[in-house]
Amino acid sequence: MSTNDAYYIPHKATWPIVGTSGLMIMLAGVANFLNGSPIGTTMIYVGLLMFIVMLGGWFALQSVESETGMYNHGVGISYRMGMMWFIFSEIMFFAVFFGTLWYTRNLSVPWLGGEGAKAATQQILWPAFEATWPTNGPGKVGGEFEPMGAWGLPFLNTLILLTSGVTCTWAHHGLLAKKRDQLIKGLLATVGLGFLFVAFQAIEYHEAYTEMGLTLGSGIYGSTFFMLTGFHGFHVCVGAIILSVVLFRSWKGHFQPENHFAFEAAAWYWHFVDVVWLGLFIFVYLM
Amino acid sequence: MSAVVAEHDDHHDDHDHGPAKGILRWIITTNHKDIGTLYLLFALAMFFVGGSMAMIIRAELFEPGMQFVDPQFFNSMTTMHALVMVFGAVMPAFVGLANWMIPMMIGAPDMALPRMNNMSFWLLVAGVLMLASTLFMEGGAPAGGWTLYPPLVLQTGKAFPFAVFSVHLLGISSIMGAINIIATILNMRAPAMTLMKMPLFVWTWLITGFLLIAIMPVFAGAVTMLLTDKFFHTSFFDAAGGGDPVLYQHIFWFFGHPEVYVMILPTFGVASTIIPVFARKPLFGYSSMVYATASIAFLSFIVWAHHMFTVGMPLAGELYFMYATMLIAIPTGVKVFNWTATMWKGSMTFETPMLFSIAFVVLFTLGGFTGLMMSIAPVDFQYHDTYFIVAHFHYTLVPASVFILMAAGYYWLPKWTGHMYNEKIGQLHFWLSTVSVNILFFPQHFLGLAGMPRRIPDYAIQFADWNMISSIGGFIFGASQLLFLYIVIDTIRGGTGEKVTDEVWEDAHKHGLEWTLPSPVPYHTFTTPPAVIPTEHI
Repeated sequence: MSTNDAYYIPHKATWPIVGTSGLMIMLAGVANFLNGSPIGTTMIYVGLLMFIVMLGGWFALQSVESETGMYNHGVGISYRMGMMWFIFSEIMFFAVFFGTLWYTRNLSVPWLGGEGAKAATQQILWPAFEATWPTNGPGKVGGEFEPMGAWGLPFLNTLILLTSGVTCTWAHHGLLAKKRDQLIKGLLATVGLGFLFVAFQAIEYHEAYTEMGLTLGSGIYGSTFFMLTGFHGFHVCVGAIILSVVLFRSWKGHFQPENHFAFEAAAWYWHFVDVVWLGLFIFVYLM
Repeated sequence: MSAVVAEHDDHHDDHDHGPAKGILRWIITTNHKDIGTLYLLFALAMFFVGGSMAMIIRAELFEPGMQFVDPQFFNSMTTMHALVMVFGAVMPAFVGLANWMIPMMIGAPDMALPRMNNMSFWLLVAGVLMLASTLFMEGGAPAGGWTLYPPLVLQTGKAFPFAVFSVHLLGISSIMGAINIIATILNMRAPAMTLMKMPLFVWTWLITGFLLIAIMPVFAGAVTMLLTDKFFHTSFFDAAGGGDPVLYQHIFWFFGHPEVYVMILPTFGVASTIIPVFARKPLFGYSSMVYATASIAFLSFIVWAHHMFTVGMPLAGELYFMYATMLIAIPTGVKVFNWTATMWKGSMTFETPMLFSIAFVVLFTLGGFTGLMMSIAPVDFQYHDTYFIVAHFHYTLVPASVFILMAAGYYWLPKWTGHMYNEKIGQLHFWLSTVSVNILFFPQHFLGLAGMPRRIPDYAIQFADWNMISSIGGFIFGASQLLFLYIVIDTIRGGTGEKVTDEVWEDAHKHGLEWTLPSPVPYHTFTTPPAVIPTEHI
């Protein structure tokens, strides 16, 4: 722990401006790419590279500062609050897409089918449309498709993520009990299960696109399905990368029972991703 | 809290703690005062950029018929004026005040997460730059209104993805800033500064920070769906695919209503800080102010569809959102009465910050009343999308938020710079602004009630007189703000030359910790937390 009682105030930070520039160049690159401008791809690569360099440099700096005892208890509390509120913002981000799923299934699709006060819409525009779920709407946008079942790969993925939550906690217990071996094995299992999840999801997406006719363009079902599971899968990737960094640091002997904010933050994030998946499994796959 | 009690450590190397030299100082700074200054100056610049767009709007509306700009560009101006003022001027100005004042008000050495603080500011600049760049793109800047409703907004030209990503950047910036502010308030207070002793500005920002973290991701999600609808064949807002364009409106206003409170809650906080000092009385009803702020924040999440009464909601929805909206008048009324009661029988003096604050109480109440009128769903069918709503929200934003930002500038500039502003020019600025802002916006109520729609570059001949009067008021108001620019520059460069005391305003040190510090404030303050805190503000 810190030998210094004062709250650590860093000075002259150079990484934020690098990260900001990288992010801006990358997003401008994506925008140019979407507009069909040839410069877009180059900008994406340059921006992404800057962003990755920033992440590496900034996190390396933080871990060195942490290991050399520059953070006291107060700094640790600030970091934990920061992570908690960041996860809250992520919850709100996912809430938008869950809300969209709820709204379309319970309100807009039944309305299109002539329910409630909106009967005229159906009679005048789409008299043949019957409200069912899954649907790609009265325009049959994206053509025929087969909805994704719950009991194949998705159920397997549920078990994988739940298990990874357990291994993550097991690793945490190892860290607290100074059993470094248990810490590293637990993290290895967690990271491995995380990437296995992503691999299975890739297979699932491949099947959807090639065999089931289910794409992002398959009306509102395809839109909500891929948006929700896609953003979740992206978060699993990010979480697994964060845990890999924590694993690497554990290997190098970082973290003590009383000082391991990075581990805690990664674990919180991982459990958050886990809980979102349970919501997805219930509302996207099962119901 | 006790965790951050910092005893001064003599072995701590202090030699490296001054600012970097030259322009680099501002780019890599982690100092809350530097970053606060950057935010405030950026906001001031954007206030004039957004203001220039308003001048173009008022010039075009000076007379019926088409004068200066084509309709597409006119609509770009209304859209960009709103986005620049909301995300570039008012919000950053309050974040700037938060950066400057919160650590000084709670006795903290700096913000809790100084490096992230730097990134919040530069992401804001990146977002606004990206937004501004759309003005020069093929197809013009977004012109469908700041709400970015589909399907209209999907017709935007090359600017569309840039506008979406600028929203993402601004969102990340706001979330980072809000996280930092909350962590600072909850973790960095001097031991004596318990929650119910915090100045109200700190309280309002704590709650505003929560609002920001809750809503910015929602807006990000909404524009992400716009992006995929446009480029990746999704059907979120397309009825043919089973989606619903009205869904966008619901999501947008779930963000949008708390968002307008993001701009007004810190306004309340500054007003509650300034009024007691110049009334020479404690704030009336401190704890009720705190609870009222929290109530307003809670209500802001459950009233969003009053922005879309005419969209064709089920009747139960109309009724629910109507009554829920009316509830907001209760905690807001508590606040207005508290400010009034604070001034009651006070030994008031009328320096410029106080003048702006009193004008805020009166004119914000007026804007609140028109809001109450529009909360009545059947009546709103007449007001919807007319100049009445334009008048309403400008009353709550210009003579409320912007006036309080001016008040904050006059109030704290002497503390920041160590120089006194020119009171005569300050008062001239106040009177010109207050008279002209009413000439500008009051006639818009009449125009709206008579049926003039908003976001239209031309209008029927019967609206001509009030539009001309409104435009004249607008030009005077716009020109008056140059006085403020002059005062800010003049005060930074020495002002009246009068040496200001540490407390600046009579007995201000009894109201807030910042007045116990030297003027100008040193680069680092409260490296050890103060033992005693003033309690006159409670």
